[in-house]
Formats: sequence, structure tokens, C-alpha cells
Amino acid sequence: MNLLNVPAALPATATTAPTQAGEPWINMTIFGLFVAITLVIVLRASRNNKTAADYYAAGRSFTGSQNGTAIAGDYLSAASFLGIVGAIAINGYDGFLYSIGFLVAWLVALLLVAELLRNTGKFTMADVLSFRLKQRPVRIAAATTTLAVCFFYLLAQMAGAGGLVSLLLGINDKLGQSLVITVVGALMILYVLIGGMKGTTWVQIIKACLLIAGAFVMTIWVLAMYGFNLSALLGDAAATAGTTDVLNPGLQYGVSGTSKFDFISLALALVLGTAALPHVLMRFYTVPTAKEARKSVVWAIWLIGAFYLFTLVLGYGAGALIGPDAIQAAPGGVNSAAPLLAFHLGGPLLLGLISAVAFATILAVVAGLTITAAASFAHDIYANVVRRGKVDPDGEVKVARRTVVVIGVLSILGGIGAQGQNVAFLVALAFAVAASANLPTILYSLFWKRFSTRGAVWSMYGGLAAAIVLIVFSPVVSGSETSMVPGADFAFFPLKNPGIISIPLAFFLGWLGTVLDRTGEDPAKQAEMEVRSLTGVGAEKAVDH
Amino acid sequence: MGTTPTPDPGQAGPVVSPDASPAIADFQEVQQRPRFRELRRRHRSFVFPMAAAFLLWYFLYVLLADYAHEFMSTKVVGNINIGLILGLLQFVSTFAITMWYVSYANRRLDPVAAELRADLEAGAVPTETGGSK
Repeated sequence: MNLLNVPAALPATATTAPTQAGEPWINMTIFGLFVAITLVIVLRASRNNKTAADYYAAGRSFTGSQNGTAIAGDYLSAASFLGIVGAIAINGYDGFLYSIGFLVAWLVALLLVAELLRNTGKFTMADVLSFRLKQRPVRIAAATTTLAVCFFYLLAQMAGAGGLVSLLLGINDKLGQSLVITVVGALMILYVLIGGMKGTTWVQIIKACLLIAGAFVMTIWVLAMYGFNLSALLGDAAATAGTTDVLNPGLQYGVSGTSKFDFISLALALVLGTAALPHVLMRFYTVPTAKEARKSVVWAIWLIGAFYLFTLVLGYGAGALIGPDAIQAAPGGVNSAAPLLAFHLGGPLLLGLISAVAFATILAVVAGLTITAAASFAHDIYANVVRRGKVDPDGEVKVARRTVVVIGVLSILGGIGAQGQNVAFLVALAFAVAASANLPTILYSLFWKRFSTRGAVWSMYGGLAAAIVLIVFSPVVSGSETSMVPGADFAFFPLKNPGIISIPLAFFLGWLGTVLDRTGEDPAKQAEMEVRSLTGVGAEKAVDH
Repeated sequence: MGTTPTPDPGQAGPVVSPDASPAIADFQEVQQRPRFRELRRRHRSFVFPMAAAFLLWYFLYVLLADYAHEFMSTKVVGNINIGLILGLLQFVSTFAITMWYVSYANRRLDPVAAELRADLEAGAVPTETGGSK
């Protein structure tokens, strides 16, 4: 899992810096420009942020193509860009396996979730899950899993920002990196506070365009160097690595029986996690109809698919032109493959551009996660559980805004604390928790008539607890050199990813809880949900301004 | 979008009071209508087999990449081996299923859904009750 290892061990190797990531001032200027432009856009977008539907769902006024681009911006985190390019550069074919899992997962969202969710929900995942079940227990459970997934994802991104910046700006000391994390966090709070979902969406759209365009230019550049002959590129990558193993599967995951099994577990979590990530689900509410939600996913699939094809070329390009050994020796290690390739191709200017894009990526993803978590807290916990629905929309948005600040501060502190930690752990946890805690309940409540409150609650808490407990007792946390707690060894679960146990367990618990639940649910609500999910009757409309 | 001039639910407040009850009996009746059952059948008979198919194909690929290294390493053209081709075929199949579903939904699902929606919105069902109780 060191694919997603954005900041891990950055400071440790930074002193040996062979390429001190070009000119820090170029990087800073380009990034400053990005911040300035997006801030202006966020300010303009914020003029109509009046109601809850404006703040959480951008007035449901984005088109499918805009939302699809924003989804791509939300989904293609720095882990995707830096992580996958690096993984392919160093582990060869095994890195490519991640791209496939991340892409195929979108079919679950397209076929089973996106449109039905858009038709039945309002602002959050809990809206859908609690539609026909008992409000309070299901809402609390769904909000808990939402906050858990968002929080782990946030920590990973914030810690990643610190690591990335040390590479780009030449800030290697802990204090400087903490300062950078604070600046990133403060910027993000500002964006989300002012811009709400509309501002966040525009930041994600801009970032997605920059990221995909940047990757496209580099891909063409690399391919042109090899006369657009993929085989020649692969041959050179193998020659630089000194072994053709980089072209074959198994370099990373073929080591032992356990690692092979670990890969299956990871593959399961990836393919089932995406359609259960709360920040992805929330994006479907920003479009006016289910048909636009479908279009969003289609756009997202094309953009994300194209991007992962670029990363294949970029990964082998970095392997061929720079070489795995040089990449691992650079500050940032495996994650420096893409920036180093940019430097090799276009000198300091391209490096500055690509680095600023990578940094913008973190900012945009963090903003999306923050607004999701804030919406879940304000809408699910505060408005519907604490106040039992007796709160006016202004009051709810006020709470959401305050929550943004709290979550922002928490993630700054967490990000500072998580510096140099194994970020793979956090991102894998987020995917595994999403797939275990959310997906069974989403699918059951959309498709299984008998599904009951007890089933939902058991599945969500059971899946959440199983995923977290198995990670705590896995080699990720203790018992190996790369663990979070290197000195201790309390690991009894051999796999790094809990998905293969926790996901089936959550499905089983959802079934068991339902069969054992004799009270039954309201058949009228089930009918309403089914009719509405398929026809779109009574679905939330776009806000006209 | 937004062809029906309904009051804006986004302005109506975050939580809708449980006054959706007048509609409830209607939804159970709608659920039994042949037209609705047809829509549900069409939807499920496409998405369920398709989901099973792409998951099987994905896990077949994962297992091959995990356990059949020699097979996957067989070179086909130049340095391009079976593993790379199968991996790229995962991209192709994902794009193909996406386009297939969109065309199916446009032809077979959307017209029926729109027809039912028009019927219901013209009838007794209030359109702005909101999902949450």
C-alpha cells in the first residue's frame, strides 16, 4: 500500500535532495496565482448562498458535465496522481492494478447508486438511508460513518500537503511544514465558509481541468520521445530498471501468500468503496435531476479513465527516464516520480506547474471533504436528531458554517500530528470503512424491500467497527518496520487491508439484523422510496435565482 | 429540468414535517401499477446482471494478476504482454458498459419514468413533500 504514501518519511530523506524541486519561488508564484484566481471565483459564486440547498448542494444548479468534472476533481486526489505514477515507476505493473480498481468502481456508482440516490435524498447520505427506516438511529449511524470516513480522508490529505510542500518549497523542518499545513487548512476553511458547495465545486472543476491537462501534456511529451511506441517505452523502462519484472505482475504483491491475499482484499475495498464515499455521494445532489446525475458519472468515468491511462504512461516514463533508484533516493521518495518527470521534461517551469497542480489537488479534495462532513453534522445530527427537525434553514446553515471551522481546525491539528505518518493507512482505512460501513446499507435500502432499521444499524456500526479494529491490529499499525507504532507488536491480523473480512461481515450483519427484526418497517414508506427512486417524483428541484 | 412550477423545496426548510401522509396510500398503489412494475423490471434486469458481470470480470482479472504471473507475463507484441492487454481491456469494458447503460436508460427507462412522473405530478401526489420524514 505504499502507493498512497504521499508524505511518508519525507523529512528523513530530504537532506539528500539531488534535485531540490527546482525553484521554490516559481512554485510559490504559480500556486499563489491558483489561489488568487480560485478565491475570486469562490467569492463570485458565493453571492447566492442563502438557503441550505444553496450552501450544501449549490442550489442543485450544476450541469451533469460540470458536476462530472468536479467529481473527477474530487476523486483524483494527490494520492492518485503522485501515488500511482510513483507506484508504476517503482513497482511497475502492480501499480497499474490500482488504477483499474479505482476506475471500475465507478460502475457500481453508475449502475446501482447515483440516480436512485439523487431521486430520494436531499443533502446527505443519511437522507437516503433513513428514508424508510427509523429516523434517529439510522441517521446517527450514517452520520457517524460519514464523519469517520471524511476524517480519515482529511487527515491523509492534510498530512500529504505538508510532505508535498517540503518537496516543492524546500521547507524541510517540522515547524515550517506545520505552518504550511496551517495555511492550507486556513485557505480551505475560507473557501468552504464563503463559497459553500458552489465555491467548492468551482475549485474542483478548475483543479480537475488543470490536473488532467497537465497529465495529458506530459503523456504526449513522453510518448513523443518514444515515437508514440508504447512497446519502446516499456522496453526502456525495463532497461533502466535492469529487469523486465516491472512489466509483469507480482513485483510488489507477489512476494508471499499473505501479500497476494492482501491484494484481493485491497481490490475488494477499492471497487466497493468508491460508491460509498460520502463526499462523492454528496456531489450527486448538486445537479437538478437524476438524468444529470447519470451524466455526471459518465463524464467522471471518461475523465478518470483517461487520467489513469495517462498515469500508466507517466509511471513507465518516470521509470524509464529517471529510474526507480533515483526516484526513491529523491526527497519524497516514491511520490516524487511525477514532479521529477516534469522537471526532466520541461525544467523548473513545468515542475512548478505540475507541483502547483498537485498542491491545488489537495486543497480541492480537502474542501470537498470538509463540506461533506459539515453538512452531515449540521443536517443529520444537529437539525434532525438534536433539534428533531425544528430548526429553520438559516440556523442549520449557521451550524454548518461553524462546523466547517471546527473540522478545519481539527484537520489542521490532525494533519500536523500525522506528519510523516503512513498515509496509506489513512486512505485505505477511508476506502475500507466506506465499503464496509456504508455500501451494504445503501444497496439494501435501495433494493431490498424487507430491509429494516436493525439491519441498517448493525451493518453500519458492525462494518465500521470491524474495519477499524482490524486495521488497529494489522501490520500497518504495529509489528513491522514501516508500522505507525514501530516499537510495539500487537498485530494479530495479517493483512494490511481489512476489506475481505469487514465488507462481507457488514453485508451479513445487515441481513442478520433484518431477519431478526420482527417489528418490520412501514410498507408505505418503502413504496414511496421505491417509486420516487425510479421515477424521480417529488425529487428535490433546482433552486432558481 | 424544472419544467413543473412547483414551490421550491430548497427554500422550504431542511426538514420536512411528516405531513407527507396524504401521498402514502398513493405510492403503494403506484408500486402495484403494471407500468411501474415494468419500469422496475427493466431497471433491475439490466443493472443486476451487468453489475454481476463486471464484478466477475474484474475479480477474474485481479486473480489472474495475483496468481497467474507467468500467463500474464506472456509477451504478445513487442514488450506488451497479456497482463497489460487485459488491464487495458478493463478500461475498455468500463467505457463500453457506461455507454451501453446510458443508451439503455435513454431508450428503455427514461420514457417510462417520465410518463409515470407526469401522471403522478398531475394527480394527487404532492411534489414537494421532501424525502425525510
